[in-house]
Amino acid sequence: MTHAESHPVTYPMFRESPLDPPAELGRWREEDPVRPMVFADGHIGWLAVSHAAVRAVLADPRFSTRVELLHPPVGQRLSQVTRRVMPGFFIRLDPPEHTRFRKLLTGQFTVRRMKQLEPRIEKITGDRLDAMESGGAPADLVKDFALPIPSLVICELLGVPYSDHERFQRDSSALLNLESSPERVRDALDGLAAYLGDLVLRKHDDPGDDLISGLIAAGGLTVEEITGASLLLLIAGHETTANMLALGTYTLLRHPDQLAALRDNPALIDTTVEELLRFLSIVHLGPVRAAVEDLELEGHPIKAGQNVALSLAAANRDPARYDAPDTLDITRDALGHVSFGHGIHQCLGQQLARIEMRIAYPALFRRFPALQLAVPADEIPLRSKMAIYGVHQLPVTW
Amino acid sequence: MRITADTSRCIGAGMCVLTAPELFDQNDDDGTVILLEETPSPTSRDTARRAVRSCPSGALSISDD
Repeated sequence: MTHAESHPVTYPMFRESPLDPPAELGRWREEDPVRPMVFADGHIGWLAVSHAAVRAVLADPRFSTRVELLHPPVGQRLSQVTRRVMPGFFIRLDPPEHTRFRKLLTGQFTVRRMKQLEPRIEKITGDRLDAMESGGAPADLVKDFALPIPSLVICELLGVPYSDHERFQRDSSALLNLESSPERVRDALDGLAAYLGDLVLRKHDDPGDDLISGLIAAGGLTVEEITGASLLLLIAGHETTANMLALGTYTLLRHPDQLAALRDNPALIDTTVEELLRFLSIVHLGPVRAAVEDLELEGHPIKAGQNVALSLAAANRDPARYDAPDTLDITRDALGHVSFGHGIHQCLGQQLARIEMRIAYPALFRRFPALQLAVPADEIPLRSKMAIYGVHQLPVTW
Repeated sequence: MRITADTSRCIGAGMCVLTAPELFDQNDDDGTVILLEETPSPTSRDTARRAVRSCPSGALSISDD
């Protein structure tokens, strides 16, 4: 059964309130969870905004994630620039190629392996807090805490020298900036690939006890494939958790009752992390999938080749899935949120991200019990024009 | 209640181990699921259902006998 389609919308990015998704998403979800959408290049596809529809698309093998089939929902994204699959960039591969990479990597990211990293993450976190304390207030929590912790951890895991962090952070930031020109995006991608390609070759001759050396030793992958996989892990491994740490801290500071509840009962940290993941949905643009055959989604006919853009934020605030979805409640069972995605591409590093957050938030609030914003809340610069949401800076005092 | 795990569909996200460590483990080599308890005790059944629901790849299922 199909019905008359509404006028195509564009992907909403404008937020009236920094911690809430664009208001029209909620209205649309109530009217119809799937509606026509015009993409940045003029393609007419669809937008899905309910928890059920988003999960259905992500779990459905009739949708592809290959970059040459995708249209950009907004701005000049990677797909528009290159429209080619970088070897080994497995988030843009379908089975069976995707399966080959995923199987090689999942053993490195098991719950048990991530737990083994806890002492090291605690040490890194403690070192950053020491540096903040000795530097004195005010500090920028992004630069001094939120960004270096996950960057140091993913660098150690991959075997990337942290001393090169300015270089790769500059390029990955350009990649994620929705306002970067196609030339800048291409340069950033080429720069990162060249840097990591050199590193892979060096490790080929002089292996270490790290993930990239492990991929080389496993055999069966080309240098280009290992480079592409490393590039994905490096970007995904530091940008995401860094923004969760800074935006999550900002959120807790703006919800003092929730922060007090966490202080009174530190055992709430596990549910706090899940709730912050749900509430903030920092991947606020896409993902996008392409139908590989004609199909039906919630009564709408999707043609082969048509793209469906998903709103993870709208799915995570769906009242059909969560009671009082717009309320931050660190005691709720938020499991089932789609902040790490769903289906076969669900975040490989999610257990690492969880452990980093479970260590870093409590350590920060233990060290600085009087932590507060150093400027008025409405002066915090928000990452509205970045593919991953968060704050650009977070000046704090204690 | 009986849990079934299809390792060919498993993507090693680890959600089952996170949700119900008493019922599931992960293979150290490829991260795929290892079923520790095929027939969960009555006290573990709710946890088992949550774990099965949280699986992103549909590798886990439950049958009631």
